[in-house]
Amino acid sequence: MMNKTPVIAVENLDHYFGQGQLRKQVLFGINLEIYAGEIVIMMGPSGSGKTTLLTLVSGLRSAQSGSLKMLGSELCGASQEQLVQARRHNGYIFQAHNLHQSLSALQNVQMGLEVHGTLTRSQMRQKATSILEEVGLGEYIEKYPDNLSGGQKQRVAIARALVAHPAIVLADEPTAALDSKSGRDVVTLMQKLAREQGCTILLVTHDNRILDVADRIVKMEDGRLTANSTVNAVA
Amino acid sequence: MKKLFTALTHRTPLGWLQLKHDLTRLLTAMSGIAFADILIFMQFGFLNALLSSNTLLHENLQADIVIMNTQALNWGELSTFPRRRLYQALDIPGIESADVLYVNSVQWKNPQTQQKTSVMVIGMNPDRSAFALPEITQKLNEIKLPDTVLFDRAARGEYEEAIAKTELGETVTAEIERRTVSIGGLFSMGASFAADAVIITSDQNFLRLMPKRQPGTVSLGLLKIEPGSDPVQVRAMLDAHLPDDVKTLTIEEFINNEKTYWATNRPIGVVFGFGAAIGFVVGVVIVYQILSTDVNAHIAEYATFKAMGYRNSYLLGVVFEEAIILAALGFFPGLGISIGLYALAQKATALPMLMTTTRAIGVLILTIVMCGISGAIATRRLQAADPADIF
Repeated sequence: MMNKTPVIAVENLDHYFGQGQLRKQVLFGINLEIYAGEIVIMMGPSGSGKTTLLTLVSGLRSAQSGSLKMLGSELCGASQEQLVQARRHNGYIFQAHNLHQSLSALQNVQMGLEVHGTLTRSQMRQKATSILEEVGLGEYIEKYPDNLSGGQKQRVAIARALVAHPAIVLADEPTAALDSKSGRDVVTLMQKLAREQGCTILLVTHDNRILDVADRIVKMEDGRLTANSTVNAVA
Repeated sequence: MKKLFTALTHRTPLGWLQLKHDLTRLLTAMSGIAFADILIFMQFGFLNALLSSNTLLHENLQADIVIMNTQALNWGELSTFPRRRLYQALDIPGIESADVLYVNSVQWKNPQTQQKTSVMVIGMNPDRSAFALPEITQKLNEIKLPDTVLFDRAARGEYEEAIAKTELGETVTAEIERRTVSIGGLFSMGASFAADAVIITSDQNFLRLMPKRQPGTVSLGLLKIEPGSDPVQVRAMLDAHLPDDVKTLTIEEFINNEKTYWATNRPIGVVFGFGAAIGFVVGVVIVYQILSTDVNAHIAEYATFKAMGYRNSYLLGVVFEEAIILAALGFFPGLGISIGLYALAQKATALPMLMTTTRAIGVLILTIVMCGISGAIATRRLQAADPADIF
């Protein structure tokens, strides 16, 4: 059921924060392979290093030692420019929606396309409109974030992350700020869009209610991966 | 180039959208920049008006080229040179006439208050007026009379009653160097830095009033060029012919010299330049405050853009876009209000306040530089927009 080459391959990854005396190791020998089309949920208590691992994988932070390959390219010791390119290959969904207040829902989603600089304005507009319709916000495309509910804003954020068809979607507690119903909707939506586009999802969460969408669950504690279990595919 | 153009047309105008979204902040920024521009415009306006009002004597001179001592600084400090130089100038073909002008500042007894006051006396050939003003050319016969002078109606000082009496035809007398002089007529020129009041009389009267002055030492030589002669060529021949103790200037050069002298050698230029600099600094501070508040307010969104793969240069572009938009939006109201204030100031001070295109363009460029500097300082805040640290 899985492709041979992993989309994300992490080998013996260590990570440290701080300098000199205050240098503290936060990740210890992480090994993780994620294959195309998988939905992986990463769980673990606060401070276990989940978000650190996620920011390393997404290219927001540069890896220090070990090996971290995304789509075949090494991110350990990568230059700033390589990190920028890596960021463009994935869609990042934050705990807070982080939509730009001065831009309408449509303009926010278009920003996810504009970064690639390959489409004309009308193409961008058309793509952004259609993905907003898919997330059920067809009537709200001209609305500003201030006039949308929490769930609606998170759906705009998902549309923004997925509009450019990224190979990998990384989500950091996307349901944390939402009630159970909106949270459920958001996760189902992510699952549906990911299946349609064939992308890989790595999702960090505390939320037990959404574990059923995962193909695999990994647990983290004190900077180490402690469990790596495959669950039966739901779909 | 084409790529850059497409990039620009495809770009979401984020800076403009951000500014438009917060209208209060936009209006604050605009009024701040307009205020700074008004400060700068008023300082330049006053400086230029004062300098222009100071060259009225020069502008009304009936001459194409003037000769003066090489050491001459300004109208009030012309120094003197031998009258022989004027006869030498007449050797040059193309010179139509050469006239003498005597200038000297003395104390006179104010005809109204009887207080000793400084006055500038100008002595000229009464057969060929040195000044083009009709009020002077019509009164040339008056100054041929002994101890009779023409007085400047626009002089600075307490002269209202004396002027009113003269206008009614009464004889007004004053005292210079223990000689009684009578005012034979009035003209309108205006005070300058060099002199609060000017009186004009004939060369003979001038020498009578200044017994120590030799007729052969003159202040200014006025040369007229024959119609049809090439002024540049005549000037070159003059310079070659005359010894180094005198210099020649065209009227335009004479005027510019006077302006440059007061603007650079005396405090006035510094005072107004300082005022303009303060306006500039005020503008930089206001725009910096606005832009850095704006960057702070959007720091999370900027970090998100970086996480999406936008480069730091994209965000720098947004901040400079805002700076340039603010410069343009603030400048035009500032220009409009300044034109209005110029008109008011002209009414109140009788100084010639004129908005020139050069000055408007200069201040526009200054405004853009001002906003650019503020933008450059504000972009330092962008360092904080690190997606790994924020989330």
